[in-house]
Amino acid sequence: MFAFILRRLLQSLIVMLAVAFIAFLMFRFVGDPVEGMMGVDARLSDREALRDRLGLNDPFYMQFWTFVKNAVQGEFGISYRLQQPVTQLILSRLPATLELAVVSASLALIVGVTLGVFTAIHGRLPPSTRETLLALGAVLGAGVAFHLLGGGSLLWTLGGGAAVFVSTAFWAKRFFSQAIMAVSLVGVSLPTFLIGIGLIFVFAVEMKLLPSFGRGQTVQVWSGWSTGFLTKSGLLSLILPAVTLSLFQMTLIMRLVRAEMQEVLRSDYIRFARARGLPESKINFRHALKNTLVPVITITGLQLGSIIAFAIITETVFNWPGVGSLFVNSVQAVDVPVMAAYLLFVALVFVVINLIVDLLYYLVDPRLRVDGRAGRT
Amino acid sequence: MKIQRFAGLAALLASTLMASSAMAETLRWARASDALTLDPHSQNQGVTHNFAHHIYETLVDRAVDGSLTPRLATEWYVKEGEPSVWVFKLRHDVKFHDGADFTAEDVVFSLDRARSEHSNMRQLHSAIESVTAVDDHTVEVKMTGPSPLYPNNLTNTFVMDKGWSEAHNLQSVQDYAAGEDNYAVRNANGTGPYILDSREVDVRSVLKRNEAHWAETKPQVTEIIYLPIAENATRIAALLSGEVDLVQDVPVQDIERLKGTAGLKVETGPENRIIYFGYRMDDKPLKSSNVTDKNPIADPRVREAMHLAVDREAIRRVVMRGNSLPAGVAMPPFVHGWTPELDAFPAPDPERAKALLAEAGYPDGFSVTLDTPNNRYVNDEAISQAVVSMLGRIGIKVTLASRPVAQHSPLITGDNTDFYLLGWGVPTFDSAYIFNDLIHSRTGHFGAYNPSGYADPALDAKIESLATEVDVEKRDADVAEIWAQVQRDRVLLPIHNQLLAYAMKENVTLAVHPENQPLMTTVTYGQ
Repeated sequence: MFAFILRRLLQSLIVMLAVAFIAFLMFRFVGDPVEGMMGVDARLSDREALRDRLGLNDPFYMQFWTFVKNAVQGEFGISYRLQQPVTQLILSRLPATLELAVVSASLALIVGVTLGVFTAIHGRLPPSTRETLLALGAVLGAGVAFHLLGGGSLLWTLGGGAAVFVSTAFWAKRFFSQAIMAVSLVGVSLPTFLIGIGLIFVFAVEMKLLPSFGRGQTVQVWSGWSTGFLTKSGLLSLILPAVTLSLFQMTLIMRLVRAEMQEVLRSDYIRFARARGLPESKINFRHALKNTLVPVITITGLQLGSIIAFAIITETVFNWPGVGSLFVNSVQAVDVPVMAAYLLFVALVFVVINLIVDLLYYLVDPRLRVDGRAGRT
Repeated sequence: MKIQRFAGLAALLASTLMASSAMAETLRWARASDALTLDPHSQNQGVTHNFAHHIYETLVDRAVDGSLTPRLATEWYVKEGEPSVWVFKLRHDVKFHDGADFTAEDVVFSLDRARSEHSNMRQLHSAIESVTAVDDHTVEVKMTGPSPLYPNNLTNTFVMDKGWSEAHNLQSVQDYAAGEDNYAVRNANGTGPYILDSREVDVRSVLKRNEAHWAETKPQVTEIIYLPIAENATRIAALLSGEVDLVQDVPVQDIERLKGTAGLKVETGPENRIIYFGYRMDDKPLKSSNVTDKNPIADPRVREAMHLAVDREAIRRVVMRGNSLPAGVAMPPFVHGWTPELDAFPAPDPERAKALLAEAGYPDGFSVTLDTPNNRYVNDEAISQAVVSMLGRIGIKVTLASRPVAQHSPLITGDNTDFYLLGWGVPTFDSAYIFNDLIHSRTGHFGAYNPSGYADPALDAKIESLATEVDVEKRDADVAEIWAQVQRDRVLLPIHNQLLAYAMKENVTLAVHPENQPLMTTVTYGQ
């Protein structure tokens, strides 16, 4: 066990070194940081002097070595763009990213599993023509009725239609489950940027319901951690980015749960349970769902890493003050210290999550414990 | 029923949003980027200076027409009998935000700090020999030689309090290499019309009106909330949804739409910035051309042909959607030395251009690579694309190489380009600023942005003499002569001056500032 963890830790270290190394190789092609640090009328000799002092004229392996040497001591230098210590900058931005990631991941998990189970149970047969027509008719009817009653803008009409659609759906479950599957394709295939801008347009610009940018009012909880969970504006600001960020994971989890569950529902013990006359709910949730969750947990764990690391686009669209938007601004200004520290941080997140997942496997699967000698049967 | 409740909730929320925005004295001001630092001498950059002007103040200020106006100095003149000494008389009864008195010692300290080793403002003060306080309200600046234009360099050099700075160990400016964190980067103590209340970098900064400020009329805006929103679409959405009152950086493609939106208005005006093309015009062969034995652009007829091939009106109409002032000279109209005659440009004439190319020995044209930035100026890449096709019509095959500005600028300062697009702002409002960096051959401190290889010792000498020439008429004549030669030799290929656009709520009024540094003290409310 200890040997296993030790080996994994060593491997993690090598991964992080490799990430830093590749990052430094690439920084040479990002541009000249001094360009942004000095005004246009700075003298060429002054620029050269600054470049020298920052070590930018050194060969890249020298720069890399200096970086590693300092990083080991927890020293990441001063941001070229904002002139503040990099560690402090990243730490001050971390709460925003983590809160967004946790809310998005929970949203994705809860909604994804619920919809996955729903579509697995009800989606085995295509909806009948009668059900389809009823559902469509209800949507159209409600829409037209709203419009005729002068119920405001087109968006409200559509919103009303959607609400009626949901209630109809509980009646025509099979139709609903097909519709969810179709809509989930949008979640998988539409770029995050477009979804974000679309949500801003509908909910902030047209309806003026939710804020279009930022994190709202934040409260300092304990040293360095500012939270948006405790204020109304903070919670309202969280909704759109969280939905945007979770949409992809949500549809992924939903489709995964659905596929796994359908597989399980076909197995013999489910048929046997049914033959024993157990109630449907007990079969579905006690026997079927439980056996589909193992791969779901693995995927969710790994996806949490990418939600933290790659919230960049969502953060940019919503001007969310997290580490992702810090990174984007740093790339534009060729802020090497921040870029290097951020990439290392992302590598750390993945390495830690992978390590935890591996350890979980180790605990769950007894076959792995015999020093890897026992083969699979 | 359910839906009605939903609608009711929405209306309630909307009304609370509107109620908070109805407090007219708070201005929510959105820009594309944040000030880089609060340290007034650390960065010579427009956005940073714009923000600093609200907290700190300069000795002299520049009016919208380009003339100098008093701010912390009430008058300034060259000392009688000593042509290289400037005397500044300082304003009385001015206090810093922490209550300390503003005196000559603070000016001496600030000028010395601004020209210290790590300061980014030092090139503006490189001609200073020494600064001395004569009495509490008089400062003498001794220059290394006569410097008739020196006060022009002071419009972005801010005055800090000596006592406060020394208490926080701020004698020198942030040194990146040393890895230290300077107190002035995150804290401010100026004499300006607003006091820093809180600041989260890249997120929001809050400024409150300085009730003890010396100016007779108080600004109408009592609180400024400064919100950097990097993404164009999000910034405009925030204005449309009523979450901000003023957007300073409006993308060209949104101007018409915002003009047509009820409750909003857009102010436009020319920026003090010329967009132009430059090229290598010495005898060495171009690096990127199929003509490898000589430089086609070295031939004046080829440069004339390129000049005639460009359709500036089409660029204004199509690329800029009407938001530019086409130019015939590489100089914004605000600049001393500008004349309508210089700015006139010929109608495009591809036939004549082709004939000139053939005459120069390139009937089939030649190829060259054009380097363009893609994130620095308004529609910079699209302008270059348009010029590529315009030159294509006369047979010059141009390959476009588009890069972010951080990669583009080193090409120009490092002599690694044959043909490039660049923009040039003129903070001193004087032609010499253009000549020094764009026309003078690359020697010593001159010609930093002149990779053209154009070198004329007589012209260089004339440019250098402008800095010390005290006879105004002689100087004006020299400026005109230099421009005549630059235009004759087609050293630069000017395209247009950018227009700036600010979008705001209907009840807010803010005029466009030619250097894009509007002061919120000038904001007025009501019709």
